[in-house]
Amino acid sequence: MESLNRSVIDGILKKHGNDAGLLISILRDVQGECGYLPREALEYVSQKLNVPLSKIFCIATFYSSFSLEPRGKNMVSVCSGTACHVRHGDDIANKLTRELKLSADKRTSPDRAFTLEKVRCMGCCSVAPAVRVNEDTYGQVTQDAINGILKKYRKT
Amino acid sequence: MKVSGKKDLQILKEKGLASLFPDKTRIMVGMATCCISKGADKVMTGIKEEVKKRGFKANVVPVGCTGLCYKEPTVEVIQPGKPKITYGDITPERVPQLIEAVGKGGVKKEWALYQTEREDLLLDGGYHAYCSKGAAKELKALPKHSEIPFLKKQRKIILRNSGLINPENIEEYAARGGYSSLLKAVTQMKPQELIDEVTKAGLRGRSGGGFPAGIKWLSCSRAEGKVKYIICNISEGDPGIGMHKSLVESDPHSILEGMIIAAYAIGAKEGYIYISSGYSLGLQRMEKAVKDARTCGFLGKNILKSGFDFTVRVKEGGGAYVCGEETALIKAIEGDWGEPRQRPPFPAVSGLWGKPTVINNVETLANVPLIVSKGAKWYSSIGSDKSKGTKVFSLIGEVNRAGLIEVPLGITLKEIIYDIGGGIPKGKSFKAVQMGGTAGGCIPKSLSNLSVDYETLAQAGSAMSSGGLIIMDEKTCMVDVVKYFLSFLEGESCGKCTPCRVGVRRMREVLTDISKGKGKKEDLELLEKMAKLIKEGALCNLGKTAPNPFLSTLRYFRDEYLAHIQRKKCPAGVCTS
Repeated sequence: MESLNRSVIDGILKKHGNDAGLLISILRDVQGECGYLPREALEYVSQKLNVPLSKIFCIATFYSSFSLEPRGKNMVSVCSGTACHVRHGDDIANKLTRELKLSADKRTSPDRAFTLEKVRCMGCCSVAPAVRVNEDTYGQVTQDAINGILKKYRKT
Repeated sequence: MKVSGKKDLQILKEKGLASLFPDKTRIMVGMATCCISKGADKVMTGIKEEVKKRGFKANVVPVGCTGLCYKEPTVEVIQPGKPKITYGDITPERVPQLIEAVGKGGVKKEWALYQTEREDLLLDGGYHAYCSKGAAKELKALPKHSEIPFLKKQRKIILRNSGLINPENIEEYAARGGYSSLLKAVTQMKPQELIDEVTKAGLRGRSGGGFPAGIKWLSCSRAEGKVKYIICNISEGDPGIGMHKSLVESDPHSILEGMIIAAYAIGAKEGYIYISSGYSLGLQRMEKAVKDARTCGFLGKNILKSGFDFTVRVKEGGGAYVCGEETALIKAIEGDWGEPRQRPPFPAVSGLWGKPTVINNVETLANVPLIVSKGAKWYSSIGSDKSKGTKVFSLIGEVNRAGLIEVPLGITLKEIIYDIGGGIPKGKSFKAVQMGGTAGGCIPKSLSNLSVDYETLAQAGSAMSSGGLIIMDEKTCMVDVVKYFLSFLEGESCGKCTPCRVGVRRMREVLTDISKGKGKKEDLELLEKMAKLIKEGALCNLGKTAPNPFLSTLRYFRDEYLAHIQRKKCPAGVCTS
């Protein structure tokens, strides 16, 4: 986030009645707006709700759906559930890592087009291994199919 | 419309019946997450276009999971006076030909799987006949619903509506007897009678250890305090167990109705539905269900003129496996990070914001309307001695017919794997079945005659848990599987207690060494010792059950561990040294 738009965050806080008990939902909305959780946004939320920044940091790092780093335009999630594991989901994850020029500690592609994340079960175990790009889920994914899938999102 | 009594409910039901069994063609497309991942959304759009192009009258409806995941995308067609035809493997390319045949009132035989002549209305005891008996002589060659091996040994009571009704249509749910149990409960039964009925039925929690639901309710209802809560737990994070998700996507009202009845029984006026993150379709359908139930007066003030008030809030989680644990889930709803705490006090006495709280999972609650409507006696006639009712499983992994299945408890593993699942593909041999997720264990082929019930599975070192049945063939390495589970738990451990935070990581490290051919002969003893310490010392069930996959595989597959340690070999060829 280049510059923090405080009125957007004010709007989110208002929507949740400035209720600190709804921090998870508030952070989700902030992430929805900014794409991730920028430090300045968290500081602002902390100030407005009178909640220590350390507590907000705890929540933001405890739950896997939050990110403190900027993310790519497209979210690629590769399922690492048991069914996907026994059906070699790891090979799919490795292929995606190679294709997107990522490494173990670098999860966003150099062109900021994709961020790769490993997720727990997506709920479509019968079509393992599964990959999700944004809101589209792909089942029975093979290594050969990866390029075709990524291509669809490269243009947009 | 607002429903305030029997008459109104009947009107709602009739509207639903007209929509379910219309006087024109109804085309149903399975649209759960798994179906969509195989292209069901494109099939749905394609069908709508074709129907429009060909200019015939048909309702094209999204439904939930038909269970036939191995044949997805699936399409079902109902035409007045004709049997219902179920089609499988309907790719977008096949849509024009299919709709051409359907438009002419015919059947596309090549892709038809089976036909159904009538639909039982379980809750009312009646049925809806699609056609007069033997109406479709030309379809003689097409097997009937009851003749299909995949369906023969199943008993669909929880999944009675899955794949038939539009999950976003409350009228269609009512058409299947929906909300009649709620009406009966709040107008004819006292809370204590409900608790007794559920206890008598023998309903046990469909996750974890299978704690009797009636007893949980009773302790909450007897707990002191005016304010009580009920929570529906949809934070199924177990890796590889999608069945709760399918149920929420396919029939959200059955869960909601069960929850409202449970709230009435324990005296709760407020409830929370906690749904794990990253699960938008289920969330969307559940939110719609809550909204519609509110409009109809099944939620809110003075429900069905009984004087009972109840409201529900849907809360999306942040993504943490440990939040499936009751005390961690409560913290998450309170807006905190989900760290479990010591029990007792149990949530039934001191739960959400310190008030008595009942937490039931999706499948447990979905059983409740059935028990209220059909009675404890009917319910307890299904299942085995100590495990009553049915269980929904997601049958997955190396099996020919993967799918969402529902079987009476007490069925054998063999029947599930071979009769329903059709055995192992590509001529490979069956090695083991993993049940119970991270808290469960692997059961070897030699024990495939085991009865699927809580006690037998626990004795065998496995668990029912939330219902994953992952079939593994000879190409699966047990050391690798256990390493997988432990690294999963290592990542999901909340870090509060040392046995789990450090112990699970150490076990995973030793297993990694073994899988890399660097194992030492004293390693198994060390792992066993750690397993015992973690089981005894961990704070919550995530840690306490973490060693189970290791212990069960050591019990049945010790040779495989020894091969890795002594001969530096992975018999399945998975681990690379």
